[in-house]
Amino acid sequence: MNAASIYSVEGILLVSIRADIADSDIIDLQDVLSQRIADTGARGVVIDIAELDIVDTFVGRVLAQVTSISKLLDAETYVVGMRPAVAMTLVELGMYLPGNRTALTLSHALARMREDGLTDDSAG
Amino acid sequence: MPETNLKTVLDILKDDETGVLTDWIEQADEDGAKRSDLFSEREERDQAASLLRAFRSGVRDGYRDGDFDLEDDYWADLRGILAEITYERVERGVLPSEMASFVLSLKVTMFERLKERLKEEPDRLVNEILLVTKAIDAFAIYTTEVFIREREQVIERQRDEMLELSTPVVELWDKVLTLPLIGTLDSLRAQEVMENLLEAIVAKQAEVVIVDITGVKTVDTQVAQHLLRTAAAVRLMGAQCIVSGISPKIAQTMVQLGVDVGEVKTRSSIRNALTDALTAVGVAILPIERLDRVTAK
Repeated sequence: MNAASIYSVEGILLVSIRADIADSDIIDLQDVLSQRIADTGARGVVIDIAELDIVDTFVGRVLAQVTSISKLLDAETYVVGMRPAVAMTLVELGMYLPGNRTALTLSHALARMREDGLTDDSAG
Repeated sequence: MPETNLKTVLDILKDDETGVLTDWIEQADEDGAKRSDLFSEREERDQAASLLRAFRSGVRDGYRDGDFDLEDDYWADLRGILAEITYERVERGVLPSEMASFVLSLKVTMFERLKERLKEEPDRLVNEILLVTKAIDAFAIYTTEVFIREREQVIERQRDEMLELSTPVVELWDKVLTLPLIGTLDSLRAQEVMENLLEAIVAKQAEVVIVDITGVKTVDTQVAQHLLRTAAAVRLMGAQCIVSGISPKIAQTMVQLGVDVGEVKTRSSIRNALTDALTAVGVAILPIERLDRVTAK
């Protein structure tokens, strides 16, 4: 998997999705990410899609699925950095991602997770 | 093959140009097409003269195949001049009916002269009158078409301007934007509104957006749908959307229509929405005296 990287920041898993991600990569990502959540016991996941300028129903569905999986593993998922065009497309497709939390940028998401006590040091 | 079926008409235009011109203008005055308040006699005469000249060359070449068609190349000059005159007059406030009757007045002038010249040949007289009527009617219709086209362009332009004017996104406070919607919200505008709003969220890094619909006259299912979609898109971007300005009447219609706003926050006035928005970004508005007390603490 080379189209997305997972970093651990303050006990939160940060996933950065690159613009050229393929459908198969997304499936891999889902696999790896759920494994990492289980391994690290992370309570928050941030998916940064700022680089993504095209989405289809598949990407939308995977985003929703990742969120549901994380929830089952007791982690909140934030989708951050969505571009206006992407937001409009998703709404057009009827994918409102109701389970996802959203934030403008990574720092917004981190700030809110700190408030909610999902990060390592705040929980510690 | 005869040169033209309108030989007499052509002769009249050749021999008696000034006479026709004078009679025509007189006739037009009688028919109420004169607007000396809007254009001078001299202008009218110049315009009529150039029309007549184009008419003559059209008659000379345009009837070769025995039929009349204003779209033929032979009439290009005349079309141009007619359009020019119409534009000029319309701009000064001449009514389309006045313009048309100005053109139609030429008929009377031509008919009188034709009658005189073709006294002996009733068949030809009828024939030429028919052809000339057809031509002049077409001119009159053409002026109306030009007029309508001009109007449509104006409408189109105004519509575009309205579209731009009516979607301003205003920054109320740091991280708080508002979008006052006015008028109606059709699909085209809704798309434009959403685009502007989302771009503004990125540009201003806004966290709360107030969509105010105080100025929206009616909310039907379609408008409600657009509003909800906008709110959903705003949420996807990571900001919060508050819809304000929902009057009691609109609230009632929305319920009757079965519109479910879901998790979208709604407020009756922009004032309430602003309080909410400021709270969300951690700011409060206080009377100055109370502010002193707060800072003293």
